[in-house]
Amino acid sequence: MATSGIVQSQQMFFSEPLALKSGASLPEYTLNYQTWGALNEQRNNAVLVCHALNAGQHVAGRDEQGRLGWWDNLVGPGKPLDTERFFVIGVNNPGSCFGSTGPMHVNPAHAAEGRAWGADFPVMTVEDWVDAQLRLVQRLGITQLAAVLGGSLGGMQALSWTLRHPSKLRHCIAVATAPNLSAQNIAFNEVARRAIVTDPDFYGGHFYAQGVVPKRGLRLARMIGHITYLSDDTMDLKFGRALNNKHGLSFSTQDIEFQVESYLRYQGDKFSDYFDANSYLLITRALDYFDPAADHGGDLARAFTAARDNRFLLVSFSTDWRFSPARSREIVKALVDNRIQVSYAEINAPHGHDAFLLDDPRYHAVMRSYFDRVALESAEAERWAAPKPAPAGRETRPALEPSKPAQAGSALRPSLSAGGPRTRRVEGSRE
Amino acid sequence: MSERRDLELIADLVPAGSRVLDLGCGNGELLAHLRDHKNCSGYGIEIADAGVLACVQRGIDVIQLNLDEGLALFDDRSFDVVLQLDTLQHLRNTERMLRETARVGRIGIVSFPNFAHWPNRLHVLTGNMPVTRALPYQWYDTPNIRVGTFADFELLAQRCGLQVSDRFGLQHGRIVRRWPNLLASVAVFKFEQS
Repeated sequence: MATSGIVQSQQMFFSEPLALKSGASLPEYTLNYQTWGALNEQRNNAVLVCHALNAGQHVAGRDEQGRLGWWDNLVGPGKPLDTERFFVIGVNNPGSCFGSTGPMHVNPAHAAEGRAWGADFPVMTVEDWVDAQLRLVQRLGITQLAAVLGGSLGGMQALSWTLRHPSKLRHCIAVATAPNLSAQNIAFNEVARRAIVTDPDFYGGHFYAQGVVPKRGLRLARMIGHITYLSDDTMDLKFGRALNNKHGLSFSTQDIEFQVESYLRYQGDKFSDYFDANSYLLITRALDYFDPAADHGGDLARAFTAARDNRFLLVSFSTDWRFSPARSREIVKALVDNRIQVSYAEINAPHGHDAFLLDDPRYHAVMRSYFDRVALESAEAERWAAPKPAPAGRETRPALEPSKPAQAGSALRPSLSAGGPRTRRVEGSRE
Repeated sequence: MSERRDLELIADLVPAGSRVLDLGCGNGELLAHLRDHKNCSGYGIEIADAGVLACVQRGIDVIQLNLDEGLALFDDRSFDVVLQLDTLQHLRNTERMLRETARVGRIGIVSFPNFAHWPNRLHVLTGNMPVTRALPYQWYDTPNIRVGTFADFELLAQRCGLQVSDRFGLQHGRIVRRWPNLLASVAVFKFEQS
């Protein structure tokens, strides 16, 4: 099937501070985003795709480096989220590391020294991201999104849209997600964070100025995360007890003995080459903090009273033990209690949490059918409504000021230097 | 039960504007009919992937669930009508499901193949389990793990404390009120909680 062709990231600068849930604020920021398809006359066919832990705005098509978007099997011309009918927006959340303002960029409070935010970057929540996304959407001239779509942490953002800005979207499509993280889930995140902050190269989060990267910590964080994205069965099928060395065991405690070890080390290495350590800490914290019921006495149904006019599609996967079907059913129950329109598909898939990124035909058929209905509705409304004036001009600024590393020309160029690569390697987008 | 006429006869039992829960809704045909002709809203519950997909395609809200796991998702009396059509006989916990149906809905409507329909009786008389249009399976591969009769259901309804407000048989798209236990292949009961 066709992909979306070469997509370029665009940037939008926001000079108005973003008030955060913590009470702090992000003084000014740039969002890196990509779009596919065309906004119709009515501007009612826009779909926002929210990313999970380790992905960004590059959802579909190939970027300038030829890399395929993380949800390219779902989003594109003729695909379940069909960019011939929808105007699709992918945006990198602030605090992440794919070009939007993040901890590797200059802290405006220390602009003179060119000092990066590092550990001082304000702690972001899912709600803060949603508020930032709303500003982008409005700046693009869209008053109401046809849908917000996300998987895992992206699904939390999609849910949060209906709680914070219910009139700004019609449909919420939340895949492999949860109403909050369980203690076990927080525990996994904590192990990953400890791996990073105890890496001697972390320097309390201010490693940029040292010209180093806490790669060991990042590798370990990725390894533990990766295990939780797969099911026991998938791992068994993929690796079993297969040995790394054909000639048998080497009776070493340090060498790679089993193929699964080699695989995890490879994944860890790859990840540590492109992901930012502070972003990892920030994003796992956002996951931990998400808990919409908490503001309503622990009653998730009360949290969703705001979303009465939204419609929902929830999808979970039978072998996903990190965001299990039971967690999606909790959301379904809260919606049903409010008599909110919801469909829920529980896909019997063997791949664990990873399944939401794969193209299981039953999963994609449900997604396609749901988006078909959304498209029909948008087209219907367009047919009955009078045309409106063209979108307003956009306030954009070409690129952020890069932070200045201590050693100029070191290998640790910040990800958002002018003229440098705008989109970094995106490999999967789990959690 | 898949016949259009049967479907319309069942739909007639549902008050206009009702909030409906359809347990084992299949492809959502009845819910779509109730939405389009009687201004009803609600959800379908379906276990099969194909049914769930068909519902999404026609814009029916469907929740993929195994009914044998109960209806914990739904509060007491949260629906005007709970439909359980051609589903009861597939469930292991028939009695529990019936009680759950009564708990969740103000009105319950149940239909199932009537094992005492006369051709079935003939089959059994000849020494074999019936294989008919309403019961097309062999005894060893039938999904109908609970075979009951029109008369049997009366007893179960009593046992569960249900107030049966209407009961009839369906045969060839027609309502059978005379000797339904003998003359109808499908049994239909409507009950209300007192």
